[in-house]
Amino acid sequence: MMQFTCPHCGPRDQAEFIYERTADAVVSLDAAPEEAMKSLFTRNNPRGVDEEIWRHTYGCRAWMVIARNRVTNEISATRAVGPEALP
Amino acid sequence: MINFSFDGKTYQAQKGDTLAAALLRNGIGLVGRSFKYHRPRGIMTAGVEEPNALVTVGDGGRTEPNTRATDVFVYEGLVAKSQNRWPNLSFDIGAVFGLAAPVLSAGFYYKTFFGSAKRWMFYEYFIRKAAGLGNAPTKTDPDHFSQRAAFCDVLVVGAGPAGLSAALEAAEAGKRVILVEQDNILGASLIRDGQDRDGAWVEATQARIRAAGGRILSRTTASGYWEHDLVTLTQRVAEPGQIPMHGVAQRLWHVRAGQVILATGSIERPMAFGHNDRPGVMLSQAVRTYVRRFGVVPGKRVVIATNNDDAYKTAYALKAAGAEVVAVLDARPAPAGTDSGLPVYNNAVPLSTKGARHCLKSVTALVHGLTESWDADLIAVSGGFTPVVHLHMQAGGTLDWNDAAQAFVPAASRQNVTTIGGAANPDPVFNVVPVSKPKKSFIDFQNDVTLSDVDLAWAEGYRSVEHLKRYTTLGMATDQGKLSNMAALGRLAEKQGVAIPEAGLTTFRPPYTPVTMGLLAGAGAKDAGAHVRRLALYDVHAAKNPIWQPLGYWFRPRAYPVGSETLAQAAMREAKAVRSNVGMTDVSTLAKFEVSGPDASAFLEIICATTVGKLAVGRGRYTFMLREDGFVFDDGTVWRLDENRYLLTSSTGGADRMATHISYVRQYLCPHLRVSAVNVQEHYAGIAVAGPQAKAALAALIGEEPSRHMSTVTAMIAGVPVIVLAASYSGERAFEIYVEASQAGPVWAACEAEVAKQGGALYGLEAMEFLRIEKGHLVVGGEVDGRMTPHDLALDKMLNKAGGYVGASGLSRPALSEAGRRQLVGLEAIEGDIPEGAMLVTGEGVSPQGHVSAAAFRIMDGGSIALGQLTDGFARHGEELIATSPTRGQMARVRVVAPHFYDTAGERYRD
Repeated sequence: MMQFTCPHCGPRDQAEFIYERTADAVVSLDAAPEEAMKSLFTRNNPRGVDEEIWRHTYGCRAWMVIARNRVTNEISATRAVGPEALP
Repeated sequence: MINFSFDGKTYQAQKGDTLAAALLRNGIGLVGRSFKYHRPRGIMTAGVEEPNALVTVGDGGRTEPNTRATDVFVYEGLVAKSQNRWPNLSFDIGAVFGLAAPVLSAGFYYKTFFGSAKRWMFYEYFIRKAAGLGNAPTKTDPDHFSQRAAFCDVLVVGAGPAGLSAALEAAEAGKRVILVEQDNILGASLIRDGQDRDGAWVEATQARIRAAGGRILSRTTASGYWEHDLVTLTQRVAEPGQIPMHGVAQRLWHVRAGQVILATGSIERPMAFGHNDRPGVMLSQAVRTYVRRFGVVPGKRVVIATNNDDAYKTAYALKAAGAEVVAVLDARPAPAGTDSGLPVYNNAVPLSTKGARHCLKSVTALVHGLTESWDADLIAVSGGFTPVVHLHMQAGGTLDWNDAAQAFVPAASRQNVTTIGGAANPDPVFNVVPVSKPKKSFIDFQNDVTLSDVDLAWAEGYRSVEHLKRYTTLGMATDQGKLSNMAALGRLAEKQGVAIPEAGLTTFRPPYTPVTMGLLAGAGAKDAGAHVRRLALYDVHAAKNPIWQPLGYWFRPRAYPVGSETLAQAAMREAKAVRSNVGMTDVSTLAKFEVSGPDASAFLEIICATTVGKLAVGRGRYTFMLREDGFVFDDGTVWRLDENRYLLTSSTGGADRMATHISYVRQYLCPHLRVSAVNVQEHYAGIAVAGPQAKAALAALIGEEPSRHMSTVTAMIAGVPVIVLAASYSGERAFEIYVEASQAGPVWAACEAEVAKQGGALYGLEAMEFLRIEKGHLVVGGEVDGRMTPHDLALDKMLNKAGGYVGASGLSRPALSEAGRRQLVGLEAIEGDIPEGAMLVTGEGVSPQGHVSAAAFRIMDGGSIALGQLTDGFARHGEELIATSPTRGQMARVRVVAPHFYDTAGERYRD
């Protein structure tokens, strides 16, 4: 079980989080059909660092983007998302 | 003295004995039968690596099969039984399989599985009966298993001299320390080999660690090393089969450590020689442990076979205990050091043993190329040392090859883990290559894999170590190859003509030693396995003794039978009340979201595939939601409570999924919108009142003219504020009344009284299903099964033409509106009752063209009707088909019709 640092709650067990999808699988609302299908069905699946969307479901419920190395599970960055995180 | 029993006979043990020590103390050599060949087996080791002496311990629900006799400490009243034998241990019919050994060699299962099915059918009965370990208990375990989380700066695994020193240093440096030891006392090798002052040092070190705030957990195994330095510990609070003092038998710890220090030592290796699996063949350090720790001398005339210095300590210990060491077979070519005073033979390796069922009788060895034999009742073997690298490997570590020790040692790891002590620096040994083809030369004792099995796998073309493992089942027993893997690797490397490190390694997976299922479940067992969500009006329903229906985490009344009514009778009576008069039901579980803010309309037009912003205040409409790929995934209603405030409802079963979806869209896709979307599912309880008399009932309840169909008003019922939505799922004029859940009781009571006054009834989910099927309304999970587009469900006319909603681009793919798709249809029986779930075919032997998603009966007129999905169904109204369910032997002839069986014009909604 990994440990993530929630931008709002600090370090917590992975069990408190739910994985949504990788950031490259996000379908933007104005995506053309080909682009949307590419996001849904042909992911990058990198052997290395990937940006993933997780939610602190059993904590503050906030969404975040976590940069995780998919070979070593090293977490290199965590970024809050949502209205409060807008610049 | 402590009394215990083995196979029904009572024996005495000394305090501190393991079961293995106690059995040896009582002269019991034969402890079990082997897995495949039913060969007699004894005790081989003194630790958790024991492959042979597996017993069933305990009674009833506390029964623990496959317990290593070396890993259970005897307590008063312990009951142990041998396994895998019938009718008894000494005379075991299964042992004839030993005679059939050539048949059961490597790859037997593979060959049988891939052979003709008949062959497997023939063998299966015998294999299932003969092969195997202990039997799982059939009664519920009466004990509790608890789980705890802990954090520390330094976790030290193993309390030998290295582990104790490391823990002491860290604790006295002010770090939070946890030290774990699988044994029930600390010291590890010092217990076996300690000199006079060592015992006192172990005591003093423990005391100092505790004084510095360190936590010491004995009888605790670090069973798994997971990500980010999380280590699971399994703590035996009570011994296997023992009645726990405080109810808790075992405890599972989740320890998140800043740093992990592994001082896990090493496991002695056996040697490969003929009949090396008999009772009386033991590992050298194990013999020394029995002699020095337990005061049990397992043999009177002992041969020692070694390739290293360590085994000489065993010889001295045996001599000191009064046993006769008849030969020390040292594989090394020349004597090392001074005269030991022992009968040492250099360049000597064991060849084979002879013995009876219970004991060893003689040992034959190859000394300088010549055979020589000794009468002996024990052979103590040391083939070198395998560092315990399991946790290091589970942590994602790598290994280095230590040629002097002929062993893999821990190298770099991606986690914060260090290995110290014997596990990092094993003793040097002399490499012994097994004599070419000894008979019955076992390397995996628990799974009965011999050297010749490895040779056979090689001969049959299995080159990779992973294939070898699966083909021979080597290393796949409950001991996970703790003793066997190195021997197999050595043989494979020899065959490949490469050095051992090039032959490859198999994966090390948790747990290090077997873990009881109950421990993993912890408190989440039995009723606590899944949580139950209770309706706000649960007690009101329960008082009426309904038939309950599980629905997700909820339980909802399925019907309220009166007298001796069956479910079907009650549901039909309830549905008739709705059609002819008035009925009421609890709809509290529907998903509900309050969406408000200046951008509420824009937000809802992203979530919903229909238009929303054009709704007048006080009005509502049906809506549905798409996945990103364009398929319908939920439906409901949306109500404009105010200019910038909406109430959105959707299905019960999809409620959690919809909550996540809404949150994802709001937080991730559209953070810039000025909107708040709050999940109010459990904030409101909901009551539906439906039927021709519903309007009159509601007028009486709220004291004013009720709103028209698809309009909403706020009102008061029984002095409680409510929101009334004039919506209908049943097909009748109907109202959904939403009230803050904590105040639902009086509102329900007022409604129930009014419905009763109108001569109506309560109805449950079953009646609701009848009503909605007749009306042709969809259910998520039924007609909306994740494979249907809005076109397939004839909802496309409602789509928001401006687009912009989730799924719009996915839906625009041409294939989603092409011919040949399954489409929603109604089905009317011509003959027979339509079976739910049946497939739709045009005749016998033809591929199915659809299926029945929901079946019911016409409520007022009778007759079997159904909803279904049919290829190009819209154009096939009038066609006759067969609805067949071969697995249930049910069949009906049906006619395809429009999916509306009742009030197609929708006149009953209007006043």
